[in-house]
Amino acid sequence: MTDFRYRLPDRYWALGLLVLLLVLLPVFGCSPYLLTIMIFIGLYTIITIGLCLLMGYAGQISLGQAAFYGLGAYTSAIVTTKYSFSSWLGLPLSMALTGGVAFVIARPIFRLKGNYLAMATLGLGYIFYIMFSQVADLTGGPSGLTGVPYLSIAGWAFDRDIEYYYLVWAIAAMVLLASLHIINSRVGRALRAIHASEVAARSMGVDIDRLKAQIFVISAMYAGLAGSLYAHYVTFVSPSPFGFHFSVMLVVMAAVGGLATVWGAPFGVAVVVLLTEALRAVAPRFTGHGSAEYEIIAFGILLMLVMIYIPQGVVQGLSGIYLRRLKRRPIAARMDSRNLVMLPVLRRWFKLRG
Amino acid sequence: MGVLQASSGLYTQLEISDNFKAGGAVVAFQDQLLQYVVTGLTTGAIYALLGVGFVAIYNVTGIINFAQGETAMLGALLMVSLNGHMGLPLALAFALTVVIVAAIGATLHRLAIRPARNASTVALIIITIGASIAIRGIALVAWGTNSYSLPAFTGGRPLHLWTAVVLPQSLWVLGTAFVSVTGLYLFFRHTMLGKAVRACAVNRLAARLMGVNHDQMGTLSFALGAALGAVAGAVIAPLTYATYDMGAMLGLKGFVAAILGGLASAPGAVAGGLLLGVLEATGAGLISSGAKNAIAFAILLIILFFRPGGLFATRRDASGGL
Amino acid sequence: MSAPTLQVRGLHKSFGGVTAVHDVSFEAYLGQVVAIIGPNGAGKTTLFNMISGVFPPDDGEIWLNGHRLDRLPQHTIATLGVARTFQNMQLFSNMTVLENVMMGRYRHEQTSFIEAALGLTNREESQTQAVAMQHLERVSLAKKADLPASSLPLGEQRLLELARALAVEPRLLLLDEPTAGLNAVDAVRLAATIGRIQANNVTVLLVEHDMSMVMSVADWVVVLNYGEKLAEGRPEKIQTDPHVIEAYLGQENGQGNANGSWY
Repeated sequence: MTDFRYRLPDRYWALGLLVLLLVLLPVFGCSPYLLTIMIFIGLYTIITIGLCLLMGYAGQISLGQAAFYGLGAYTSAIVTTKYSFSSWLGLPLSMALTGGVAFVIARPIFRLKGNYLAMATLGLGYIFYIMFSQVADLTGGPSGLTGVPYLSIAGWAFDRDIEYYYLVWAIAAMVLLASLHIINSRVGRALRAIHASEVAARSMGVDIDRLKAQIFVISAMYAGLAGSLYAHYVTFVSPSPFGFHFSVMLVVMAAVGGLATVWGAPFGVAVVVLLTEALRAVAPRFTGHGSAEYEIIAFGILLMLVMIYIPQGVVQGLSGIYLRRLKRRPIAARMDSRNLVMLPVLRRWFKLRG
Repeated sequence: MGVLQASSGLYTQLEISDNFKAGGAVVAFQDQLLQYVVTGLTTGAIYALLGVGFVAIYNVTGIINFAQGETAMLGALLMVSLNGHMGLPLALAFALTVVIVAAIGATLHRLAIRPARNASTVALIIITIGASIAIRGIALVAWGTNSYSLPAFTGGRPLHLWTAVVLPQSLWVLGTAFVSVTGLYLFFRHTMLGKAVRACAVNRLAARLMGVNHDQMGTLSFALGAALGAVAGAVIAPLTYATYDMGAMLGLKGFVAAILGGLASAPGAVAGGLLLGVLEATGAGLISSGAKNAIAFAILLIILFFRPGGLFATRRDASGGL
Repeated sequence: MSAPTLQVRGLHKSFGGVTAVHDVSFEAYLGQVVAIIGPNGAGKTTLFNMISGVFPPDDGEIWLNGHRLDRLPQHTIATLGVARTFQNMQLFSNMTVLENVMMGRYRHEQTSFIEAALGLTNREESQTQAVAMQHLERVSLAKKADLPASSLPLGEQRLLELARALAVEPRLLLLDEPTAGLNAVDAVRLAATIGRIQANNVTVLLVEHDMSMVMSVADWVVVLNYGEKLAEGRPEKIQTDPHVIEAYLGQENGQGNANGSWY
């Protein structure tokens, strides 16, 4: 580690690989159904990255993230339908609103810890859910708002799924990149320090409250952005996707992928969503009736199993196995995502140094 | 996106107050108040039972059992099946229900909590959430999305207590809750096993040195918590519709009851539950029945932000179990 | 004598009904190593916690180079140039040895949140790494830079914590029982490292039970007993002070248990 020359870090290679795969997917043919699923995976990835930052790095918990998702969706919907703003304005406005709300509640709410924090976020999430259904003049009540226009940026209207696919994933990739940058900077180090020992982190000059608030605001803004994109995709919003159930689902996706690594977000989301779809396809063959119940049971069990046996999540679990068995290197407890599974292989292929 | 947008029905159908409203006639406020109190004590007793379950589990294991509400749901639905559908006698159905749900609670601890010995708080929260999801799914398979009703334990006409109407089932609720809480109290104070559980809650290491097996105590506390939940669900079933997703709100309100009492004290949870019930019923009567859940959440947030140690605490304690 | 670096005046602290620190005042000058000694429960760690800002004193003042420290939050005090080690050792066990020391550079780094998100941080990262390595080399831990911090033996962990505190480039360094739990060899090694710090114009406050180390390293000694200042002075003088000896009856020079501690 005495070589301080700049070399392109692993994470750029990993991101490049991901982008390449995503770009190629529609080219090699995929059904409209798969495309829709991929769009939702992209949307949920954006939210889940924020949740990984909040839970895995800042060590907090939020059982109300769906509220920010909904807030973003409703903001976009309301300004474009009731006030006839141009659709692309919805995106920054949603982020500003969700960021602002998060900023206001951050300090009081992070005085709570652990279970109490979980309950408080749950409560706040529920209050937003009630607002979505009760403030009917603004939000259209339980039936919601329809007629949200397609997103159009500089005259280009994103009204086809394939276009939206690229848009959502371009944004997701940028969000992922920004988050990776944050983690590998002094901010990320400070976050890990907070995780290990708050008092020692403070003694090095880390303003923990401010940092936690910043991460919370970022995670809220990501969720708001995703909500905005969602509204312009399905062109209507109603309260039902934004309740406790979805907040839990987000936590599931983050936990399954791995809380302490933002790479956990796309993997966790993909695993959960694809598993849902697979169950839905397969289950009717075993049971007479629909499969929604079995999905629910499977989720619950999957969640428990992952948190009991691979609490660090799938991504780190796999890379840990790779490094321990194949490379025989000692693993630090909860090291971050430097050791992504594929990268050493890739580097050998391209015969790069480092 | 199927399950991702599946029913997030967080509303119970506890509309007792509607049963009681004197049809149409204008009723004086203080008369209404008595009715609210009566109604509120009934629902409050349910919250109290769930709250005591939370407290018991938390004090022995340090875990907030997010699946607590589901035990009430199972209690209600099992009663419906055993007593209503299969026609078993009331007492037998009740006993079986409590035993089965207690066993489920114990199994939850053995299979899901014990293996995750060193898990972080976040991981444990997620594990119990996963359990609650799985249990809800199993209930969905077994009972579907239907709402079931159960006849009251005893027939008979509503009683009149001054200006308030009291259903016989309410008396069952209050009576059963009282018996349960008292029984628990006696158990903890006067039996060796109960004292062992308390020892575990107070000082784990010392208890272990005295030969108390902490894991077994944990399992027992989960069983007790589940039993309390089952009792709550079983007695409330005739008053409300039993359905697979009634657990979520009940669990949450039980938690509010528990933290009103400071999470460290069972009597506090009882007081908290009763208080919450009365406040909720009064609010529902004065504002609207849709406000019911909002009241519970409002109280939750107020307590968490201003008095995390509970109403009876002397100092602020916001550590939340860490 | 120039103005003192650290001035502690009339500090009081009680917890519930128990007075931990009562009317403690002393001064420390630039480059000095001041040892705070006293039996367990004398209030030494409480004193440290107040100076580093873990909690504020009930009464009294703390001044560092003209800045008033008491009642400031911990992280602000750190940016004013105060670093510390902890009695129960607070390493960042989820990081490598190098990353722990890099964390010590936090207050010298400039990258803001936005800049971090945009990825404009490489030059600073390299710089931080280089400086951190230097500090590791000074405590002879450079070879273990990439190992997890928790994999080091205890003696090296304490050295690491020290290196991390030094990387802060503090004006005031608080060392809370740095040799606790160490065997004689590691204790000597640590003491030697502390001795070398003096050359860097750092004022060191040292809580210690190991009297031989105190004698070899300290310029000045402050004795606390039951939260009050019992005596202060040069080490040789303290060693023979009748009040101090009286407070620790039966303790003769060099005898007692392995660390030469008071009990």
